[in-house]
Amino acid sequence: MSDVQHKSALLPLKVDGLHLTLGGQSLLCGIDLMIAARGVTVIMGPNGAGKSLLLRCLHGLLVPDVGQIQWNGMAMSGRVRRCQAMVFQRPVLLRRSVLANVRFAQKAHQLVDEESALAFLEDMRLADIADRPARKLSGGEQQRLALARALATRPDILFLDEPTASLDPASTRIIEDTVGFVSQRGTKVILVTHDLNQARRLADDITFLAGGKVCEQQSAEAFFSAPQSPQADDYLMGRLPEI
Amino acid sequence: MLEAFGLAFRLVVSFDPDLYEIIGLSLRVSLMALLCASLIGLPIGALVGFTRFPGRGIIIVFMNALMGMPPVVIGLLLYLMISRSGPLGALALLYTPTAMIIAQTLLILPIVAALTRQIIEDLHAEYDEQFRSLSVSRGFALVTLLADARYSLVTVVLAGFGRAIAEVGAVIIVGGNINHFTRVMTTAIALETSKGQLALAVALGIVLLVIALLVNVAAAVLRSAALRRAYV
Repeated sequence: MSDVQHKSALLPLKVDGLHLTLGGQSLLCGIDLMIAARGVTVIMGPNGAGKSLLLRCLHGLLVPDVGQIQWNGMAMSGRVRRCQAMVFQRPVLLRRSVLANVRFAQKAHQLVDEESALAFLEDMRLADIADRPARKLSGGEQQRLALARALATRPDILFLDEPTASLDPASTRIIEDTVGFVSQRGTKVILVTHDLNQARRLADDITFLAGGKVCEQQSAEAFFSAPQSPQADDYLMGRLPEI
Repeated sequence: MLEAFGLAFRLVVSFDPDLYEIIGLSLRVSLMALLCASLIGLPIGALVGFTRFPGRGIIIVFMNALMGMPPVVIGLLLYLMISRSGPLGALALLYTPTAMIIAQTLLILPIVAALTRQIIEDLHAEYDEQFRSLSVSRGFALVTLLADARYSLVTVVLAGFGRAIAEVGAVIIVGGNINHFTRVMTTAIALETSKGQLALAVALGIVLLVIALLVNVAAAVLRSAALRRAYV
């Protein structure tokens, strides 16, 4: 199956009435979404809004209690997930070298190609340390490796869960440049972030969550100039919530 | 006491044939038991750690409980099985090195299996979400877990060997401590001490201590190598 076939095949993404309860707590309550085929969709919201849980549901790592997630009319399946990749907030790296981590992901997708594995590391400025143990890298290097590994599977849809949280500006820059580049090349990026400036730099459209609900979803330009929900307005204005 | 240590040292450095015969048999029995226990225990532990099935919790409790099984009880149960009137009596295994290997295998099998299960389960919990995200197949995931846990698994095997070589209760029951045939270091120490012949007992004790020390050194070197390469 070629990349081209995958790209238009899975999008747009439609979410209907998604509910998720964990440990007796309702964490996502009736999420309705439509995510466009192209560009970078940023999911924003305060802590505990359910952003990461929503991302995991979309990627099929969590199964919602109620609701439907339709990838251009298709339900989540092994085939759909193989067209996706996710970078977690805390990257889980295998106990092996930097290069071996990328090769592992490619092997899982039957894409073994040493040259391309090295090329992905070069894109992330990690080629010089390809033989080093992955777990000895700095936080920024580990996150860049996680992104290289995700991209090495040639995904149509890339989920990023706060990939630059607690990273230095240099690593953040490399990751943001890569996100922009892969998005322009046609990979759909769905990014969770707390960072308003990052959202301004990267987002084509914004989904704002609070209390497990979607408060609004619109283009980034409209969101930042005239947020429609009071929760988003408070968030953008930096008003502290009542406790 | 000093005299006993002096005699013991002379036995060791003079390559006393009786002493080295006992050491040789001890190593042969324990290494064979370790091989058998590893061949059975590593796959069982890995599968129980990796898979989910009804009754798994009971099996884990059972495996963990067997780790604390007293060696003499294992020896007694095996004795009942292989003694002339037991169900396996026809095999004539009682008072043979084979019976001692079986006893030590039964002793360390739960250790190897239970510790392997814990290691694989912990690593699987860490990797699971990433594996699912990368659509890693079940078989490939298990191979990856075993490969990434290899240093810890070697430490488990070393722990099993340490337990086997130092064991006395089971092998004395099923081996009988027969001179030049089933006498191993631990049973010889027990016998020689009871006879008041402390030199051979001390010499064997020193060798046992050295072996225990070497096993621990090997485990420490492995751990250090793993840390250096950030594998743990």
